[in-house]
Amino acid sequence: MDQFIEQIVTGLSIGSILLLVAMGLSIIYGSMGIINLAHGEFVMLGAYTAWLFQSHFGLGLLASLVPIFIVVAAIGWIIERFVLSLLNNRPLDTILATWGVGIMLQQGVRLMVGSELRYVQLPQSLSDSMDVFGLSVSSYRVFLFTVTIALFAVTWILMNHTTVGMKLRAIMQDRSVAASFGINAKRVYGLTFAYGAGLAGLAGALVSPLKSVSPDMGTGYVIDAFMVVVLGGVQSLAGTVASAFILGELSGAIAFLQNDTVAKALVLLAIVVLIRFRPEGLFTTRVRA
Amino acid sequence: MGISRRTLMKNAAALGAFAGAGFPHVWIKNTDIAYAAGGEIKVGVLFSLTGTTAIIEESLNKATILAIEEINAAGGIKGSKIVPIVEDPASDPATFAEKARKLVIGDKCVSVFGSYTSASRKAVLPVFEHQNNLYWYPTLYEGRECSKNVIYTGAVPNQQQDEFVPWLIKKFGKKFYLIGSNYIYPKEENNYCKKLLQKYGGEVVAEEYVPLGHSEFSSVINKIRSTQPNVIFSTVVGDSVVALHRQYRAAGLDPEKMPMASLTTSENEVAAMGGDAAAGHFTSAPYFQVHKSPENERFVAAYRKRWGADKVTHFVSEACYFQTYLFKQAVEKLATSDITPPNIRDAVKGEETIAPQGRVRIEPENLHTWLWPKIAQAKSDGQFEILVEAKQWLKPLPYAAYPGQVCTDKGLIEKS
Repeated sequence: MDQFIEQIVTGLSIGSILLLVAMGLSIIYGSMGIINLAHGEFVMLGAYTAWLFQSHFGLGLLASLVPIFIVVAAIGWIIERFVLSLLNNRPLDTILATWGVGIMLQQGVRLMVGSELRYVQLPQSLSDSMDVFGLSVSSYRVFLFTVTIALFAVTWILMNHTTVGMKLRAIMQDRSVAASFGINAKRVYGLTFAYGAGLAGLAGALVSPLKSVSPDMGTGYVIDAFMVVVLGGVQSLAGTVASAFILGELSGAIAFLQNDTVAKALVLLAIVVLIRFRPEGLFTTRVRA
Repeated sequence: MGISRRTLMKNAAALGAFAGAGFPHVWIKNTDIAYAAGGEIKVGVLFSLTGTTAIIEESLNKATILAIEEINAAGGIKGSKIVPIVEDPASDPATFAEKARKLVIGDKCVSVFGSYTSASRKAVLPVFEHQNNLYWYPTLYEGRECSKNVIYTGAVPNQQQDEFVPWLIKKFGKKFYLIGSNYIYPKEENNYCKKLLQKYGGEVVAEEYVPLGHSEFSSVINKIRSTQPNVIFSTVVGDSVVALHRQYRAAGLDPEKMPMASLTTSENEVAAMGGDAAAGHFTSAPYFQVHKSPENERFVAAYRKRWGADKVTHFVSEACYFQTYLFKQAVEKLATSDITPPNIRDAVKGEETIAPQGRVRIEPENLHTWLWPKIAQAKSDGQFEILVEAKQWLKPLPYAAYPGQVCTDKGLIEKS
């Protein structure tokens, strides 16, 4: 029984990291229809910004979270404004452009700070483990879970209960009708992309104490993020949450029973099979086309 | 009257046969001269400067270049300068093979120093064997290879584990959790580890491999918690090492009760994960930066002066450094016209030098290196503390895990 609960908790922890990384992608992909291959690089930029704040300004991880969000969001906004907004309604070109931007960001970081692996210090107050249902769990992982849920709540409210969110949903339904009602689609898109990039940056900063920081770290994350979003169903935030935790529990359980190599293969296989029978993912929001 | 195509072909064939049979020495002599011409000896330096393993291979390039510059500054090899030709194989085995061909056939290098991963070594091996050239491989590796065209200056499993495993059993207990990355090196090391465990009464509570580049270790840590081993024996490589150590630390596990014992964690990896995550864990290797010897002090000082005061030296970069000196010694023994890859190989057999780790020697039988095993514990300042030093250098046995097989200068011999 103990082991069972332990497994559930582990799965929740893996799932929360997946959700954290996928949330930004889900927003951008779901609402703007942009397949953002530079997503992993936004995660990487967030991790490097955390490292930069820590090693050059002596700022701890917790104190630098807000500035990290702002920095990466600003970079995202610039990319949307000067690259992607010029490629309206050209989805293939957009994919290529984001891929190119990703490579440039990666090489840029490599040129500026070198290709050595970096690390970010665990916040002192969260470096212990704590009791959850009688199990000892890393405090930092509990913290990650809480932050992820909080970020999701904020995003949910932003999308469903604010004017910007309403405008975005209107544009998603029909851009030209929304524009004729006086909604500035360009501005809303810019902000949405910036928000998604900022979330990705936060994700990178938050996982950096547990993983290594390197210029090509984004590659792994972008794959994870796409798996979550595709499984959950595009345009469905709730679907993203569900699929992140399903994948987390699934890969945690298989890794425990077998090993991580098998887990990776089986989870991927499960997704492929599921998409074969439900191409729209687990959850779909019906939109009038 | 023109020459018909047929006569031309016949003549060409005759000329070919004539040249082949009549003047073989002409051709061989020509290649002889090419290897050490105009006061220059060309060598290839083949370490990745971009891609995933650039993180570590960059330091191997630096150590090799440092040694070459030192040798040249001291007058070169009998008046000839070593000219390094640096290629970047971009962490990709296929590119390794292509660049190796370029260095050996195109540039006519007399030797090539290169490779970190076993995959890249296996990829270049056919090039060096077909061309009968010489490859100098500085990395600790899994053994089980017996090429006449490679000089192996890193440790093989018996040199890292013979002392380490019994020491761990005595100090912490007999239950071992074997974890490695999923490729040939960790599996071979674990094969040998299991043999030693059997011999000394240890036991394996789990043997597990994670994908290369894996960074989510919570399931592994769960299993470690539930199996309660005395030692976590790790052959995880690359950025996974960093993730494993940092997550071990975040999970609140205690290195004093359940330490990780690694064959792959050097100063380089410790710098990447931070001293706080590495502190308390153990590594077995022939060299650590803190090793006290005049040669090592010189090496560390020269390395920092050349490449930056924040740089560390480690057990692979040390091998890069001393193997370049062994190359020099071997070439020095030869007359200028005799400088060819096979002659260098024969000259380096039994050759000794005082490396930063101590006196090392190339074993004539298998072209591996006699080394000085050490056991050390990582400290929070990013350096190690050496706890055990071998009293004698240890013979390399690349087939230690395979009792029926021995690597000799005539190749691999199967004993029935």
